[in-house]
Amino acid sequence: MITESMSKQLKAIVGDKYFRTDPEALITHSYDGTPMLQALPDGVIYPETTAQVSEIMKIASANRIPIVTRGSGSNLCGGTTPLQGGIVMVMHRMNQIIEVDMENLTATVQPGVITGHFSKHIEELGLFYPPDPSSMKISTIGGNIAECSGGLRGLKYGTTKDYVLGLTAVLPSGAVIHTGGKLAKDVAGYDLTKLLVGSEGTLAVITEAILKLIPPPKTKKTMVAMYKDIYGAARTVSKIIQQHIIPATLEILDNPTIRVVDDFAKIGLPLDMAAILIIEQDGEPEMVERDIEAIYTICREEQADRLEIAQTREEAEKLLTARRSAFTALARLRPTTILEDATVPRSKIAEMILRTNTIAIKYNVNIATFGHAGDGNLHPTATTDARDSEEVHRVEEAFAEIFEAAIALGGTITGEHGVGSVKAPYLEWKVGEAGIEVMKGIKAAFDPHHILNPGKMFAKETRKRLVIHHG
Amino acid sequence: MASPTGKFGKPAIEHSNPLARTLLEKLDYDQLTNCMRCGFCLPACPTFHETGMEPASPRGRIAMMKAAVDGLMVPDQQFKDQMNLCLGCRACEPACPADVKYGQLIEQTKEAIAEHAHYTAPVKILRNTLFKKVFPKRGSLKLLGGTLALYQKSGLKKMARASGMMRLFPKHLAEMESIMPPASSKGVVERLGTFYPAQGEKVGTAAMFRGCIMDVMFAGTNVNTVELLSAAGFDVHIPDAQVCCGALHAHSGEINDARALAKANIEVFKKLDIDYIVSNAGGCGALLVEYDHLLMQDDHYREDAKWFAERVIDVSTLLVAKGNPLRFAEQAAGQEEVKVTYQDSCHLRNVMKGAHAPRVLMKKVANTEYIEMVDADRCCGSAGIYNVVQPEMAGDILAHKMEHANNTQASYMLTSNPGCLLQMKLGIEKHQPQQTMRAMHLVDFLRERMISSK
Repeated sequence: MITESMSKQLKAIVGDKYFRTDPEALITHSYDGTPMLQALPDGVIYPETTAQVSEIMKIASANRIPIVTRGSGSNLCGGTTPLQGGIVMVMHRMNQIIEVDMENLTATVQPGVITGHFSKHIEELGLFYPPDPSSMKISTIGGNIAECSGGLRGLKYGTTKDYVLGLTAVLPSGAVIHTGGKLAKDVAGYDLTKLLVGSEGTLAVITEAILKLIPPPKTKKTMVAMYKDIYGAARTVSKIIQQHIIPATLEILDNPTIRVVDDFAKIGLPLDMAAILIIEQDGEPEMVERDIEAIYTICREEQADRLEIAQTREEAEKLLTARRSAFTALARLRPTTILEDATVPRSKIAEMILRTNTIAIKYNVNIATFGHAGDGNLHPTATTDARDSEEVHRVEEAFAEIFEAAIALGGTITGEHGVGSVKAPYLEWKVGEAGIEVMKGIKAAFDPHHILNPGKMFAKETRKRLVIHHG
Repeated sequence: MASPTGKFGKPAIEHSNPLARTLLEKLDYDQLTNCMRCGFCLPACPTFHETGMEPASPRGRIAMMKAAVDGLMVPDQQFKDQMNLCLGCRACEPACPADVKYGQLIEQTKEAIAEHAHYTAPVKILRNTLFKKVFPKRGSLKLLGGTLALYQKSGLKKMARASGMMRLFPKHLAEMESIMPPASSKGVVERLGTFYPAQGEKVGTAAMFRGCIMDVMFAGTNVNTVELLSAAGFDVHIPDAQVCCGALHAHSGEINDARALAKANIEVFKKLDIDYIVSNAGGCGALLVEYDHLLMQDDHYREDAKWFAERVIDVSTLLVAKGNPLRFAEQAAGQEEVKVTYQDSCHLRNVMKGAHAPRVLMKKVANTEYIEMVDADRCCGSAGIYNVVQPEMAGDILAHKMEHANNTQASYMLTSNPGCLLQMKLGIEKHQPQQTMRAMHLVDFLRERMISSK
């Protein structure tokens, strides 16, 4: 509960307008992009500076008030839903690009900067910030750092963690720490920068970040390959990498996704294909030509049924339509869309997709899979209706089995969405009991009173592990 | 107006709050459930863009509607204010992966709010006069046009301005008054009659939807629309018995009035053997094209409403898709090119999906250079009567719009809707671009530069 005197103190820090406890504010900060999850906070606060965040944290600590930091609230793991009430801290007002350092190729930004705006700004300066989560038009850099967001370019360019060089963060005590810097090398102590990236708002509040920029690729070329045999598609992926070609994008759509996408976008996709690969290479023009030619040969060797190389940017955009509309097409099928991100070593993607299809049939649920084949990060997506509790239960059972299958294949329960509350019951499956204990120790070192994003990452109870017989 | 709910129906809650009860009754609960809260609508929303506050976003508003229906929140004054702050530009709809019909939800909400509204006496009189007397009745409109013309021509206008009488009105109303075009009681029918034949090879038969504000304030644009259509090969009917489209009613929660007007229009146009019903105002067209939805529950009119909605098309879309090519004057030697830019009509773009055709047409006109304005697809703040009832937000939006307009260095600012056109005129007058800039309806610009075969 927030007392009258706490409310006064908080308003004194940020101004009357920026600490709210009215119903409108509470309702509209009770959710994020995660289906079937809603919990009301007790207040919403909009800080403008690191100093304000520090003052807020002191009050929250003294009164043991939960603080849930939030950018645009587009995450899919329940990461910013205030499950235990408390105060939602919205970082939108801290939205300045403080500096772009052309000598060190770094940018210093506040956490509330919209990723898409930032990318565009950087491109206008002739540089490149590769992380491109699908939500980048609205998600914030702070949110991307907290969740360690990935995107389509992960295989070649890595994910958010590979572009964060330094952070300013406020601990629950109110103390401000600075990690890393504009440095390519820095081994002074534990790597707290990397630790905070992907910590999901459970360790500290990030208030500033130094990001790495790189020179942009000169050209890019796009192609599409369609397969009647999903193993042919999978072998193509492995072979491309084996031949030391690292494409900028290497995406896969499975048959259920192809059907849904074609029904939605009417682009004449062949419905008898087991999989479609969408491949993009970028870089120096000669290298791009050479790579695309080599990939084309591999696709043919692996019995691709249809092959298309885009000759112009417009043609490329057309080829990318199938991948771009996958989420939209699926989201329109049923009221509730559950998008997961089970990830396996890339050599295992065919097996993972086929297992997912089998699991969907077993539980009689609709699951289509698309995703980033190049880095093994798949998006099995269930379409259902939150109001049908019986079906939702079956979906949950199916996902538990999908997570189990991913781990059995040497993969993980989440590749880029984060654990949050949704996957907390499965975390131990991946990291083990000892792993959980170490993580809890780290949590306690940063946040002894458990006020930062409580109820996330660590579940009260780990879900009972399924016993699966692999034939 | 809620569609038949799916197998789950609506929550069985006995709300004690009367507005909550009406919201539960009117809101399409399936649509509320379809919002998956991904947040993709946020960057498209002008009020979120201006405030940065989640409650002023489509996702926030839908969450509040659902919370009110579910009993999580009492729909208080703050709730109503937030709903009324929505421009209804529907830019969130194309951005939505799940195809949530936000436009319908906000209209259902406004309808519920209007049912329980306690308007102050002057507002009540204004709403009553406009919605029940002026817009629905052709005679009143003509009278209004005539009165306005008299006011403008007789020197009364000059006197009113000089005497400072306009200062008695709120500032934004006074500002609006200053950019009003000369009104006229002579509409398109009085000028051209009820039929205008195709020139050259005939490609189809169209009926012109003249609109009420259009035909009083911009009757010349209506005449030009007919002449463009004729030049492109369309026979054009202009049925004189047609009435207001009902858009302003629907957006203000007077949905039953909107339905009555829709039925009257359907009766009039149904009598004609036509391929297209042509609108030159995005705001009108967007409602006309949704008559089928408006009358979905009406057994008597459902089929005819579908017939009507299927024929509705914006003049620019029709010219590009089906018309014979128009001939524009060649560039004379030594002539300097004029720069032209365009402000999308939200409803033409987001509801009628007609953003492409105006740009195609502008690029065809010789001696012009088309410059795409940054954020041309973002609402200008006009939004029906929004700039009158929400002057502050409308002013902020317009200020940002004019920054982008100035950056184009265009000498023509073209639009496809009377509200947008007035707002652009206001923006030019208030923010004074460095170069001379003229706001104009796309149709007038095209007609001015077209070579008549007559």
